[in-house]
Amino acid sequence: MSPKTFLAFIGPSIVMMVLFIALPLASVLKQSFYVTQPVYEILEVETCTPNFTGQVCVVDIKTIPIIGEDGIMKTKTSFVGFLNYQNVLEFPRVITAFANNSWQQFMAIDFWKALRFTLSFTLITLPLVLFFGLVIALCINNVAKSIRGPVIFISLLPMIITPVIGALAIRWLFIGDGILTAFLEWWLVRDIAMFGQAWTIELMMMFYRVWHVAPFAGIVFYAALQTVNQDTVESAIIDGASRWQKLRYVILPHLMPLIVFVTLIHLMDSYRVFEEVVGFSSQAHVISLQWLTYDFLMLDQTGNRSISRASASAMLTMIGIILLLIPVLRGVWIDYKGKRL
Amino acid sequence: MKDINLIRQPLGLRLSSYFFLLFWCILAAFPIFWITVMSVKLPVDAFNSNPLNVIFGPATLTQGKGLSFLDITIGLAVLVATAKLSTSWLVGMVNKFSPSGFLWAGWIIGSMTFGLLFIVVFFGIMPSILNFLNDFSGVLGNKIIGFSTEHYSTVWFEKGFIKNFQNSLLVTTGVVTISLTFGTLAGYGLSRSGSNLAFWILIIALIFRALPHSVLVTGYLPFFMNSAEILRPILGDYAPTFYGMPWATVAVLVAINQPFTIWMLRSFFQSIPSELDEAARVDGCSHFQAFRRVIMPVMWPGVITTGLFSFLLAYNDFLVTSLLLEAQNTTMVPAIASMFNMETTTTDQVVAVAAAVSIIAPLFFLVMFFQRQIVSGLTAGAVKG
Repeated sequence: MSPKTFLAFIGPSIVMMVLFIALPLASVLKQSFYVTQPVYEILEVETCTPNFTGQVCVVDIKTIPIIGEDGIMKTKTSFVGFLNYQNVLEFPRVITAFANNSWQQFMAIDFWKALRFTLSFTLITLPLVLFFGLVIALCINNVAKSIRGPVIFISLLPMIITPVIGALAIRWLFIGDGILTAFLEWWLVRDIAMFGQAWTIELMMMFYRVWHVAPFAGIVFYAALQTVNQDTVESAIIDGASRWQKLRYVILPHLMPLIVFVTLIHLMDSYRVFEEVVGFSSQAHVISLQWLTYDFLMLDQTGNRSISRASASAMLTMIGIILLLIPVLRGVWIDYKGKRL
Repeated sequence: MKDINLIRQPLGLRLSSYFFLLFWCILAAFPIFWITVMSVKLPVDAFNSNPLNVIFGPATLTQGKGLSFLDITIGLAVLVATAKLSTSWLVGMVNKFSPSGFLWAGWIIGSMTFGLLFIVVFFGIMPSILNFLNDFSGVLGNKIIGFSTEHYSTVWFEKGFIKNFQNSLLVTTGVVTISLTFGTLAGYGLSRSGSNLAFWILIIALIFRALPHSVLVTGYLPFFMNSAEILRPILGDYAPTFYGMPWATVAVLVAINQPFTIWMLRSFFQSIPSELDEAARVDGCSHFQAFRRVIMPVMWPGVITTGLFSFLLAYNDFLVTSLLLEAQNTTMVPAIASMFNMETTTTDQVVAVAAAVSIIAPLFFLVMFFQRQIVSGLTAGAVKG
């Protein structure tokens, strides 16, 4: 295909990606160095109140936002350097926390709290997803062909369901005296409040995520199991390989590219964990990086959106995902160069 | 192919496989099944700590809202018959009556009429017939399971879920059409080119795929809120404010979706041998004609699969729509957030449960009809990695 026809095919998508992804990203970068604030003027206001002895006058100095002729508050955008980043990262508080040697103080800072949760969430769910995906795939491969279809149908449900609703469905099983909480209380003979402390909520969130993603891993692995070279398996058995050795030395190497693929997808997806925070209403205890940006963007009590802070936290989130992806991208690059040589 | 796995499998291992799968299926389906059961009960039953009370709903029964044995049998029979009809009769009718080349239009019209017919019969006609029958059938007509649809009518008619549903429909249709149109062109181009440029475009698309959605929305939000002012010099007084407009969110969702669409369609196009378009070129087609007349007709399964995933992304989205649309005029998923946040009464909670079930019901049918396409889509991305 000549470069010209190639460009004709790919052009519309490129224009769209530049216009709708690259430009917004550039504007986020710019916003993160600027702050837009209402312009205030300082006025001296004299208020007089009648009193028994006559009038008492007080002079107040008030700062009021200037309202333009069109009735909209005048705003001014100014360059502030890394101030927004400092506001998000809050280094002075971090230093105090470290000086006091207090993990709790450190975790009271929103950004670090969110980073801690996002990373531990990603890294804990990853092995669980891979393990359960593999077990599901091996089990489906082991049972009679006639029940594979229905099992795959049921397995697809948790995967395809709206994430917020999936999280809600699990929350409703536990909330208040929900049946699973009641069951746990009966089993452990003690009072349980699943939504009372951070670690139980985190546990439910991770459970939800594994429930949501394991079917995806399972089906991808199952499809790959169909293409395992039967001759290799047969010769391994003839050579006296045990069942475990067969799995370890024949099947797992065959699945390796797909394990990398699922890992990549899972890293991307669980790094932007967000719906769980909404579904479990966990913002008082547990927040994630993406939720932090979301919260900055929502209207606060005073009716403002802290766009600049949101931009700073969005940029930090993005830097995080790029750092996570660098090892993978290096692998792809080496692979690509190897193919071309 | 010989399946030596199967022959040599000891019984213990096979039995444990069955047990594990049984356990997994219960685990996978239980939360979904349970919220469906909860949604048709009065709050006292729905949030009862005794599971039997949730299933049978004694408090719901005492209000005279329930299903008899007869209702359940006939209801199930109609459901099974519908499923059978939709897989055999409907296929035949669509194939017979749609003009050649417009099979997809036939499917859209056919399934819509079928769905509408089912809704009218199942929810409109059947309840009154069954009520009449229950009075004559003695013991069989006694109500045994609590069942009430009042929360559904609250959600759809009082809370204005119909409006949200229309918005969802608009947004998903827009996203699916636009991403597929642009995506098939790009996916075909990329699959037939081995240049460095193609490689870099794919890598950049991969990085964009990893972007948290809130990063993009942070870029869009200020522009959307002030778009009237920013665009005034160009469009004059007609400059719209994008914030709060469902079709404006389509652009954002397409942008989020596009990298994924391109990757998936590319791997589907790669599975079509390039000898096919070479043959067409020899016969005198231009690249674009080969694409349109030769490649696209064999590409439909891939396009449908990718369309399904685009649909899911747009339908399931919470973040983008809740930030860019006003709370009164959102799509279905963000609308539910405002329902479960008012934790004042348990009635509100059950209404939220009913809303949740309303949202996932279409997804359930989607999996039912397109299971094969979804599975092939999951593996397509993996084929080339």
